[in-house]
Amino acid sequence: MSDIAEAPSPNVPEGAAGTGLDIRSLGQILYLGGIGVAALGALLWLLAQWNEGGAGEAVDASTGTITLSLGGEPPQLDSTRGTDAVSFNILGHTMEGLLRYDPDNRLEAGVAERWEKTGDTMVTFHLRPNARWSNGEPVTAHDFVFSWRKVLDPANASEYAFILYGLKNAEAINNGTMPVESLEVHALDDRTLEVHLERPVPYFDKLVAFATYNPISEAFYESREGRYAADAEDLLYNGPFTISSWVHGASIRLEKNPHYWDADNIRLNAIDYAYFTTDPNATINLFKDNKTALAGLVAENLDDALQRRWKIKRFSDGAVFFMEFNHREDRLTRNYHLRKAIQAVNDSPELVYRIIKLPGNLPGASLFPVWLKGVDGYFRQEYPLTDPLPDDELGRRHLATAMAELALSEPPTLVMLIGDSPTAKKQAEYYQNLYKQKLGIDIRIDAQIFKQRLAKMTAGDFDIVMAGWGPDYDDPMTFADLFASWNENNRGRFNNPELDEAVNVARSSSDPETRMDAMARVQQILFDEAAIVVNYERGSVYVSHPRLKGIVRRAVGTDPDYTRAWIE
Amino acid sequence: MAEGTLSWERVQVEREVETVSRPSLSYWQDAWIRLKANRRALFSLFLVIALLAFTVLGPFVWTVDPAAQDLDQISVPPGADRTATVADDYAPWRGVTATPIEGDGGPVAPATVTVDGHPTTHSVRLYWDPVPGAGGYRVYRNILDPEPDGALGLPIAEILSPANVSFEDRLDLKALTYFYSVVALDDGGQESPSYTTVTADVTRVITAAEAVEKGLVEDASDLSPGDTVKMAFHPLGTDYLGRDMLARLMHGARVSLFIGIVAPFFFVIIGILYGSAAGFMGGRPDQVLMRFADFVVALPFLLFMILLRILFNVESGDSGIGPMLVAMVLLSWPAAARLVRGQILQIREEGYIGASRLLGAKTNYLILRHMIPNTMGVILVTLTFAVPSAIFTEAFLSFIGMGVAPPTPSWGSMCNEGLKTMLTTPHELIAPAAFISITVLAFNLLGDGLRDALDARMRATE
Amino acid sequence: MFLYGVKRLIQGIVTVWFIATATFFAMHGVPGDPLMNDKAVQPEIRANLEARYGLDKPLAQQYWIYLKNMASGDFGISFTQQNREVNDIIREHFKVSATLGILAIVFAAFGGILWGALTALYRNRMPDIVIMFLVILGISVPGFVFAALGQLSVVEINDWLGFTLFPVAGWGTVQHMIVPSMVLGLGTMAFLTRLMRSSMLEIANSDFIRTARAKGLPVTRILRKHQLRNAILPVITVLGPSIAAITTGGFVVELVFAIPGLGRYFVQAVQQSDYTVIMGTTVFYGAFLVFMVIVVDVIYGLVDPRVRLE
Repeated sequence: MSDIAEAPSPNVPEGAAGTGLDIRSLGQILYLGGIGVAALGALLWLLAQWNEGGAGEAVDASTGTITLSLGGEPPQLDSTRGTDAVSFNILGHTMEGLLRYDPDNRLEAGVAERWEKTGDTMVTFHLRPNARWSNGEPVTAHDFVFSWRKVLDPANASEYAFILYGLKNAEAINNGTMPVESLEVHALDDRTLEVHLERPVPYFDKLVAFATYNPISEAFYESREGRYAADAEDLLYNGPFTISSWVHGASIRLEKNPHYWDADNIRLNAIDYAYFTTDPNATINLFKDNKTALAGLVAENLDDALQRRWKIKRFSDGAVFFMEFNHREDRLTRNYHLRKAIQAVNDSPELVYRIIKLPGNLPGASLFPVWLKGVDGYFRQEYPLTDPLPDDELGRRHLATAMAELALSEPPTLVMLIGDSPTAKKQAEYYQNLYKQKLGIDIRIDAQIFKQRLAKMTAGDFDIVMAGWGPDYDDPMTFADLFASWNENNRGRFNNPELDEAVNVARSSSDPETRMDAMARVQQILFDEAAIVVNYERGSVYVSHPRLKGIVRRAVGTDPDYTRAWIE
Repeated sequence: MAEGTLSWERVQVEREVETVSRPSLSYWQDAWIRLKANRRALFSLFLVIALLAFTVLGPFVWTVDPAAQDLDQISVPPGADRTATVADDYAPWRGVTATPIEGDGGPVAPATVTVDGHPTTHSVRLYWDPVPGAGGYRVYRNILDPEPDGALGLPIAEILSPANVSFEDRLDLKALTYFYSVVALDDGGQESPSYTTVTADVTRVITAAEAVEKGLVEDASDLSPGDTVKMAFHPLGTDYLGRDMLARLMHGARVSLFIGIVAPFFFVIIGILYGSAAGFMGGRPDQVLMRFADFVVALPFLLFMILLRILFNVESGDSGIGPMLVAMVLLSWPAAARLVRGQILQIREEGYIGASRLLGAKTNYLILRHMIPNTMGVILVTLTFAVPSAIFTEAFLSFIGMGVAPPTPSWGSMCNEGLKTMLTTPHELIAPAAFISITVLAFNLLGDGLRDALDARMRATE
Repeated sequence: MFLYGVKRLIQGIVTVWFIATATFFAMHGVPGDPLMNDKAVQPEIRANLEARYGLDKPLAQQYWIYLKNMASGDFGISFTQQNREVNDIIREHFKVSATLGILAIVFAAFGGILWGALTALYRNRMPDIVIMFLVILGISVPGFVFAALGQLSVVEINDWLGFTLFPVAGWGTVQHMIVPSMVLGLGTMAFLTRLMRSSMLEIANSDFIRTARAKGLPVTRILRKHQLRNAILPVITVLGPSIAAITTGGFVVELVFAIPGLGRYFVQAVQQSDYTVIMGTTVFYGAFLVFMVIVVDVIYGLVDPRVRLE
């Protein structure tokens, strides 16, 4: 075939290919193909022996097992060092603190069967005699003292140490100025834990339900020689379930803990987190295929879900998302009128209803989400925040003032720092267009991966940052101190003495009404000063297997919580 | 060889000593003839030209701003109905309140649910009779009839106070018939088993101010409520922010084709310089240079693409094209360098070079007359085949979220977005995927054709 | 021969050192901070965290420690999975990626040879045209589109059948492996089909086939002993480079099918700035590819007498 003219070569006899096509040639190829298929089958079988995994149906009533997908490998199951939602979820099913939340989100007795307050700064917990570790040994007050000291030990470098700062001497220990033994938490005997507080902490009972307060058996911890929580057998459990197998990066299986004191009320035998994925399509496809018992929906899948006539449920995950302005000296956004202009044209209903499009999300107005409890009822019903409709005219007036004050001849260009998730990008593109249209402000989007965004936030390398905050405990305080001048998480360095004052009142007063009044002041200052612009309160919709009942979704604590679930 | 007339002929010498029947053809003329004979290659050449025209000239013909968001037409497929009725500006609704009624036994369904006013894409307003003993209400919305199996659809609202017996729906309303169901909740938040359903026929509306803002009419006073207007035309539909797909494809083509063509162009140039330097110098320097090239070849490509993509941090407002380009060039040049060096080494030993040298040709002449034309073919083929893989690389990076930064569109990032809505609005995926496929195909076929035409040794038999 | 192997091995080690160095300095040039997290921490705690990962030492010293550890095969501890060694992570996840890759390449080679031979036999007739059209699709459609469509069709098929023929995601059993590896192998399969087809046609026109036919050998014997055997050679030669393409191409398939492979893990590690995992994975993959190439070269040298090893 060396001649050029023959390159497309139509003149070779059809189908001949030199050998002449006949049924025998085809037979040959198919015969060889058959051998190949057999070899492939053998190879597949071999490879399957080498890999592990595989899971059952979504719900298996005969064995009491449910199969689920999880957002990923839990990064840290050492409760003193864990920080992320996935780890806290597994810990919520396998461990128990002094107190916990019941299915109706009320605090109830956990390892402690009762507790009493003495004055404002002392709490005594009485542990139940039948609370046991999964090796059968009792959970004692010493286990709490050990783990709390561990959290505060600077060498342990716990990122959540601050949540224990209500304990007497805790902050000093964590700073390394006092030895860990000086922590004023004492095991009077195996079943009595006496806790002294630095100052009145009205919500201390809610804090104790947080995973960082979980107990750890000292003897077991030491016996693992630094491998504590590295694997299923490197943990001792005192919760409703234990980890029976953990294939790293692939699956985790929980089984009912026979030593759990309330084991009679746990009706599931096993929870199999057989799939680690964050991909919404994979999650939903697994659910469709009856491989998992619960799946979150995204806006793009809603129509499909309706066509399939699924029963869709909603919940709020408790987090609030907002745009934080940079209040540092050299920043344009330090200008009050510029911030007010942006606040005035902001239209959170449009964002939620047209862009996010997912029921469960609520247009944002206040830093304090609607589900927070106030004095008697809901905080936001007791202290409503009037959020005016978007007013382009007002926005332009504020902008004109800002430009005059800043001596700008045209609307400024601002840098908006965002994460690299598709949702964040979509919202940023929406805002970019909105501010350009309404105010003529150019937004330059700065999309960064997680840690780079954090580094830039900390360094103050932004004008506006899209941020969010999820609650750690069930008290408005978990949001209120976010913009206090001393808070490291106040990335925009907002500094307002009145707000600081209100936060101080709210965190130490023991009178609910005084506290909530102070929180309301925080809410109002943040709005009046346009310290932040609240975009939305996050929620979501999900579907679950019709036979699986008793799943609890909540804003604070283990979510989703299957501890009390059952198969019908 | 009828095309022989294309070529020039020697100046006739007086005495016809010998007539060589075949006229002399330059390398490129010869190649062009071969390319023309290859129908597929010619077709793909036209495709490539058409794609370039689409990219460069397209935005002048279709002048829609690719960043303009038409929030009234989000994810609209091509050819959808565009009529809208003019309505008054949106005004907030106070809602309806009622005194909670004490009741015993569990709450039942509301006696009636009423749609307040005319339901529009701006809002659908519902109110209902208070239910004795209710602690709150939950409102569902479906696009299908909840009967017979009680599939109520989306839980669109949760009303936590029994005093509030109304709800205003503004969530992503389309011109459809919706089925709204209201369920009463008891004090513990448990749903009552019965529900009341009402239907709402939603009409698409637009306010006069919006119509003017979008350039649909000149003057707001031309419109009075009830008039119909045609909304903006989007030939290929719109994306998730109501942006025109056609305009975005054109601008996305700039990114994808730019990366696809410019990156290979640069790394081939670097490859030529590096490879010919190594090839010419020979000996020790050649060894050292090529060993270094081997190192770079050994770097795992995609892993390093990702690494370099974050190393050359994309600054605010930057599209991220530059970093991606640099990363691609940094990692891809050694292949071209190896190829060129190999060619140069080979050609250096060819007999005709020796002959030319014997005839007294200077190095410059050798390079210009022999080396370059003889390597050009291979280089051009490499370049053409490098385009599809560069386009795929861009698409891959966009797929894992490390592509160009928003709001810059690229085909890869458009595909990535389109994948999510594949089931409901497939046009958002099909259009960019088709463009990627066509481009890749065109360059592959063109590469085949060029290879056949330019380099007899590399020719594939087909 | 032995000397050649040793020489290549030494070259390979130097190459791996180069990869390791490039990765180390690329990683340390990346802005951002692997120790940062959602909640800001006290400077004292931060110092302790830095000390835990050796980040408090000067860069040159870190590099030295890094090289020393790597020489002993220790890639350190992950930043996000604080209890796991990078070695364990690589071992567990690479197993999955390798399985997927091997299967994909086997599928691709098998399918490519079969379809290529068929199209050559049916040249310019219906089967040829249909298969070659699919091949063109296979070459020009991006992999992630195939992956998403593949998963979607599995859902539909299972829905239609009423039972799970192939799982839609996950890993572990034979059924889990089939669809993802086919999707992953598709592009390569298309490429190999084309190659096999032209190679078959070329051989068909060669002198020795003509001679064989002239000798009166049976058609099946010619096909099997001469044509297929020789046509496969160029396919085998490109399999080596395809291995590299497939191992990295696995990222997309692993993401879409929720497969716990190293590729997916790497993407997550990059998003989390998990230095040790990124460095470990890159060096490991680099070393793997380098040594695969050496092994392939040496095997060629042993198998094919025409290849001379200097």
